[in-house]
Amino acid sequence: MTKKFSLNVNGQVHDIEADERMPLLYALRDELKLNNPHFGCGLAQCGACTVHLDGKPTRSCVTPLAAVGDRKVVTLAGLGTSEHPHPLQTAYVQEQVPQCAYCINGWIMTAAALLRDNKKPTDADIRTALHGLKCRCGTHMAILRAVKRAAAMMG
Amino acid sequence: MSRTMTRMDKPQGFSRRTLLQATGALVVSVGAPMTSTSVRAAESGAATATKPPLTPDQLSSYIAVNADGTVSAFSGKMDMGQGLSVAFRQMVAEELDVPVDRVKLFIGDTDTSVNQGGASGSTGVQNGGKQMRAASAEARRVLVGMAADKLGVPADRLTVKDGVVSTANDANNKVSYGALIGGRFFNVHLDWNGQMGNPLYAPGKAKPKDPKTYTIVGQPVPRDDIAPKVFAQADFCTDIKVPGMVHGRVIRPAVAGAVPVQVDEASIKAIPTARVVWDNGFLGVVADKEWDAIKAAKELKVEWSKPAPPFPNQAALYDHIRQAPVRKRELEGRQAGNVDDAFKNAARVIEAEYEWPFQSHSSMGPACALVEVKDGRATCWSGTQKAHYVREGVAAMLGVTADKVRVIWTTGPGSYGRNDADDAAADAAVLAKAVGRPVRLQYMRDQGTGWDPKAPASIHRARAALDASNNVVAYDFLSKGFSRLDVNTNGSNPRDTLAGQNLGVALKSGDGFGVPGESYGFANKRAAWETIAPLLDRSSPLRSAHMRDPVGPQICFASESFMDELAAALNLDPVAFRLRYVRDPRDLAVIKAAAQKAGWQARVSPRRDQRGNNVSGRGIAYAQRGPTRVAVIAEVEVDRGSGRIRARKFTVAHDCGQIINPDGLHHAIENNVVQATSRTLWEEVKFDANNVTSVDWRTYPILDVTEAPEAVDIVTINHPEIAPSGAGEASSRPVPAAIANAVFDATGVRIRRAPFAPGYVKSALS
Ligand code: FES
Ligand code: FES
Repeated sequence: MTKKFSLNVNGQVHDIEADERMPLLYALRDELKLNNPHFGCGLAQCGACTVHLDGKPTRSCVTPLAAVGDRKVVTLAGLGTSEHPHPLQTAYVQEQVPQCAYCINGWIMTAAALLRDNKKPTDADIRTALHGLKCRCGTHMAILRAVKRAAAMMG
Repeated sequence: MSRTMTRMDKPQGFSRRTLLQATGALVVSVGAPMTSTSVRAAESGAATATKPPLTPDQLSSYIAVNADGTVSAFSGKMDMGQGLSVAFRQMVAEELDVPVDRVKLFIGDTDTSVNQGGASGSTGVQNGGKQMRAASAEARRVLVGMAADKLGVPADRLTVKDGVVSTANDANNKVSYGALIGGRFFNVHLDWNGQMGNPLYAPGKAKPKDPKTYTIVGQPVPRDDIAPKVFAQADFCTDIKVPGMVHGRVIRPAVAGAVPVQVDEASIKAIPTARVVWDNGFLGVVADKEWDAIKAAKELKVEWSKPAPPFPNQAALYDHIRQAPVRKRELEGRQAGNVDDAFKNAARVIEAEYEWPFQSHSSMGPACALVEVKDGRATCWSGTQKAHYVREGVAAMLGVTADKVRVIWTTGPGSYGRNDADDAAADAAVLAKAVGRPVRLQYMRDQGTGWDPKAPASIHRARAALDASNNVVAYDFLSKGFSRLDVNTNGSNPRDTLAGQNLGVALKSGDGFGVPGESYGFANKRAAWETIAPLLDRSSPLRSAHMRDPVGPQICFASESFMDELAAALNLDPVAFRLRYVRDPRDLAVIKAAAQKAGWQARVSPRRDQRGNNVSGRGIAYAQRGPTRVAVIAEVEVDRGSGRIRARKFTVAHDCGQIINPDGLHHAIENNVVQATSRTLWEEVKFDANNVTSVDWRTYPILDVTEAPEAVDIVTINHPEIAPSGAGEASSRPVPAAIANAVFDATGVRIRRAPFAPGYVKSALS
């Protein structure tokens, strides 16, 4: 059923009218014309669509609009900018992490929550926190380096 | 019911010639008002105010100097994220003597580049870079000549630094590239070899620099395309939107080979703006909003034809390959001596057979394309590896000539060969033609995994003859499998796309496989391959094509596992065995370098000193891939109880001739190793009698970050004097055999079938 929604995305409030079952991903991409996050699977299996909902990494491809409520949505673009980058973004650039880069929402948004809650993660902590995310290009070694580099920057 | 009538077998007036006479329309503007210096430059004959035609024999097709002195370079190669762009920029900057940050690269736009084959077989640097280097060297020669005229000094007394030409003894007597030609175009003919695609080469009169003088090539210059993506500022092809655009989705049958016989358009009438496009076996929907298109594709009621189930029981796949009639047989590579006689006289024969499954590209996102037809011209945004070929394919679908189509390559959701990108472009073209609106089509996950062209399944038989003193005197290697060219490496012909096949074009399945790349010096040697027909000839989710290092990993899995079996049979250390028989000095060098870096201890495999559930081992494998050679040592742990293999550490020695960018090379190697480990341990396309059942990440699992190696140690061997060769795929090749050999070392059990998933390994161990 079509309903009215107020979405708080990266600090801005947007009013939209859409099917309440429509996943947040399509509201962000189609209605708000935000090009992040990406569609990877639509099945909560890969992370390409990850955003923060009140700080919690969430797969927007399976989050119906009706379930968003008044929680604050933050996308990769809202995490940091080239002027004020999040340490993970800086580390990603310094480590030259991605190949195709289509996966980066999942890894950066999920790692950002980890580093917020765990200032000194071990290698095992990082791998466990990132478990399940996909990078088909196989950039895992560089991802792990970047998360460690960001942790060092923040700690 | 909107039924389109699309005919694409013989589109009017379409020919390769039209492709060659590519349009002169230049969209990336490098123009600027004429200045008095540029007028003078024009007078020299080497420069012109209007751009010469975009043909391979024009210097302006590759290089332009802008009014501000920056350089634009144009290439028909594409960067799949392996840093080809920065490598090109370094090569251009080096030859032209300009800072690398003043070089901007434009790639994969058919309006600004000639057909150089696209991303293809790791030839980006090898062929595309060679051309970039030749064109840049020629541009420098021409510019220095123009400076000589202007400064009244012979060219051989001039030097160039940061794009400024000056006399050797008076730095104040100078002129910049920008002042010489900035904003105008080179009007210089190159000596084109007449070839299009990968072999295209068009050098000028200039000789590129001596590698000993390099200051930019060989440096770890960072990529400039990463920050925009990390800050969500760059568009992927999935992000492109144009006015009036609608979203498309295609609908695939539950039983492969089925076609729609009845489509109930009323079943989606509640979905706003949704429309059906049905033509023959092609079925799709469009809607203004993406979610509506997805819903419409899901809810549309379709009655499908009921073909006989097309596929054998998966458990019988390898028997099917064994028994299937051979469609084509070919000897390839170095053949030596008389293999049959040598086997007749052998003191001992060792043989083994290996099996490799179908695998899926399963790119990170399913493919996407946007096709817009406007004012008699069509534009397609695509993540394809081969924009110039997709141009032909889209033209054929639209029924126009290729010169009416522009393809703009835009970063896609990952690509490792002939994935689903070219199919998406063709499908989007069919939809756009039918509805008369720009159509953006992205596949759903089950289509990206279930319906992409697959890496072919195969079996491999290896035999060796030993003489009485345990020397290997003959070697016979045969692969038999589905073709890597069942559909071609690009979507230039409708018959090689699902859209074309669904619309009913005449089919033509090509034949191709491969042989091991190595230099074992056995006196008698034969390597051959045989292809068989596809399981389903039309619109098959198991149609086979090129996937990262096409057929390389599977062939090397068999051949280098077998070398390990020989080493064990001869009681030789696996490295020592290779050093005894491998002939090529660069091959020997990578084997030695890997062994040294890994601290390899010489001993015969398997280890016999381990008790208990968790055992560890190490294995080596090596390969040539074209002129590149790689040796890989894997260190693994095996949990005997569960059959789980942990590939803990890799050591890679890599020689691709001259290294352009060591940092990019390291990343390319790491990513190859991780992806190839995933393919070795986990990846197998599952199917039942009706269809492929690997349709997402749960049913097509890949390596998880918790299983990623602890370390990938890399030794790169740089040969500045040897032409650079491909690094985009080569290090994938030896990984499966290195792991298999390490598992043998750990357990004494030889795994001859991929993937080495826990269930299979567990049963093999017991
Ligand atoms: S697209 Fe949402 S998890 Fe894959
Ligand atoms: S960089 Fe391509 S999927 Fe991660």
